[in-house]
Amino acid sequence: MPEPFVKTTSRVIPIPRANIDTDQLCPARFLKITDKAGLADALFFDWRFTPDGKRREPVSFIDEPHNAGRQILLVGDNFGSGSSREHAPWALRAWGIRAIVSTSFADIFKGNALKNALLPIVVSAERHATLQALVAANPDGEWTVDLDALKVALPDGTSFGFEIDPFARTMILAGTDEIGYVLAKLPAIDAWEATHAARIETRAGTATAR
Amino acid sequence: MADRPRTLVEKIWDAHFVASDPGAPAILAIDLHLVHEVTSPQAFTGLRERGLKVRRPGQTVATADHSIPTTDPSVPMVDQLAIKQLAQIEENCREFGIPFHGKGSATRGIVHVIGPELGLTQPGMTIVCGDSHTATHGAFGALAFGIGTSEIEMVLATQTLLQRRPKTFKVEVTGRLQPGVGAKDIILALIARIGVGGGTGHVFEFTGDAIRALSMEERMTVCNMSIEGGARAGLIAPDETTFAYLKGRAFAPQGAAWDEAVARWRTLPTDDGATYDRTIVIDGDTLEPMVTYGTNPGMGIGVGGRIPSPAEVEPGVRQDLERALTYMGLEPGASIAGQKLDVVFIGSCTNGRIEDLRAAASILRGHQVADGLRVLVVPGSQQVKKQAESEGLDQVFRSAGAEWRESGCSMCIAMNGDQLEPGQYGISTSNRNFEGRQGKGGRSFLASPLTAAASAITGVVTDPRTIAASNAAVEAN
Repeated sequence: MPEPFVKTTSRVIPIPRANIDTDQLCPARFLKITDKAGLADALFFDWRFTPDGKRREPVSFIDEPHNAGRQILLVGDNFGSGSSREHAPWALRAWGIRAIVSTSFADIFKGNALKNALLPIVVSAERHATLQALVAANPDGEWTVDLDALKVALPDGTSFGFEIDPFARTMILAGTDEIGYVLAKLPAIDAWEATHAARIETRAGTATAR
Repeated sequence: MADRPRTLVEKIWDAHFVASDPGAPAILAIDLHLVHEVTSPQAFTGLRERGLKVRRPGQTVATADHSIPTTDPSVPMVDQLAIKQLAQIEENCREFGIPFHGKGSATRGIVHVIGPELGLTQPGMTIVCGDSHTATHGAFGALAFGIGTSEIEMVLATQTLLQRRPKTFKVEVTGRLQPGVGAKDIILALIARIGVGGGTGHVFEFTGDAIRALSMEERMTVCNMSIEGGARAGLIAPDETTFAYLKGRAFAPQGAAWDEAVARWRTLPTDDGATYDRTIVIDGDTLEPMVTYGTNPGMGIGVGGRIPSPAEVEPGVRQDLERALTYMGLEPGASIAGQKLDVVFIGSCTNGRIEDLRAAASILRGHQVADGLRVLVVPGSQQVKKQAESEGLDQVFRSAGAEWRESGCSMCIAMNGDQLEPGQYGISTSNRNFEGRQGKGGRSFLASPLTAAASAITGVVTDPRTIAASNAAVEAN
């Protein structure tokens, strides 16, 4: 069960690259796990390690000591494009990331992120440029992402508001998960099913249940 | 509300709306849940931890496709993680009562190939799977989309999902495709035009004469890559082509139920006067065979084109293009045709169906693959494999020097040992050319089965129309 999340204060890792896809976030060969363990190492694996598995020299920016413990990413457009693998937000969370600021996110990634209390924060292209300049000028400045106030406070004393799906926000603030919410609605589902016959019976006919 | 003209997507949405609280997403009923070994184990673990059962095992079906080897099935597997994952899906299906089309089953295959071929995929359904290429099933006029593992657990537990109503994006493909141009070229051209994030927040509906003229398998190729254009789903309204494909399939309705179903399916197409949030028109007459040159599926050009130069693109995308060309090791301004290859991969949920194999075989028949080139032909399912063998296509591939393998996702996702080696160039009929997607350090060109097969003969990226013309000339003599 997730823990409630309200706000966090952290330095920022900028990745000035658009269309960072799920194969970068968590390469497919790490999808053979049957639990959620060990994914912190899988994050951006091929950026960090050579094809024969050695840490790159010099190390990738992800592995630079000053980036350890940072919880906020500032990334380019269309972050998380590609597959539906929830291993991508699992890997980001396992590494320590709590919020990602971009001009846009891929739909499936965004949904998966919210279910793991990882905040996809969408800003305008103008704001994004301002934020990139701010991080360039003050790479160690701390930002505070406040989900309750829907506000990001910046080290220069300014702040900006953001939007997040209000339902997801409620769930994350409370540390509740959506399955519990829907299980409480089972009477409505029972009633709907009573008037809508199933369109398929996968166990019928030639199904070869083995 | 019933009188307001509605789109196909709105009709399916309305028919599956269960309930919603103010401000909360809708609870949407799910007709069919497809499950595979890679994204489901943690969802079953979640069910066990909560003490829950699968609510509707008869609306759920599972297979093994991603991590399964495509080599001789009598040779024991060595990948311990894959062995464990495959054992787990089998155990999960047994414990929760889910039909499993697993190793050794004649109906096993890529989840998006077996759903349609078994007739499980039907018009008007809501279909989900923990795989972004679930969009494939939209070819039947179903609202079908990929979900994450948390959502898999939700559907297993409740047979519903929490969803916000998607926006609609009409993609009209006019005219008639030229010989040598196919479904894959339509979708690659669309993505090149709108970009990989172009459809974000939307669901595509593909319309127009060029779409209507496509077979069901070609329509699946188009819808399959909707996600590469950023749209979670892509639909094509059902028509006579759809009904003819479905009739008689194992899980399709039969007898009176068939007539009733067809009557219901005929009410699904978008009403005259219904509006879409966005619209784009693609001229089908002028499309060329498409090939990607970069590291996302939007980086595509006609096979007669030149690789763009960072100097000639907008500053906002220059850095990404430079990075992509560096990874790919390609010269800006060079022709895409003639780029050298190490591997050809024909298969995947995009292009691993029987018509794709027939198309590839029509090019390769009577030819040899180029010296030093590795060519893998991987059928999308065991049924596709059997059909291909009954038509002698396996012999065409084998005698050309290609490998003929068991079905599965194979080199599309490179989880099962089928992969590019670092630095190798592959032309692939699959859907993603991301860095490392087809193997660490591997470099992918995405293209149609015709283009991939033509390139297998020459060993370089090749316009299939040149080979098709020479094949025709040989036959004429």
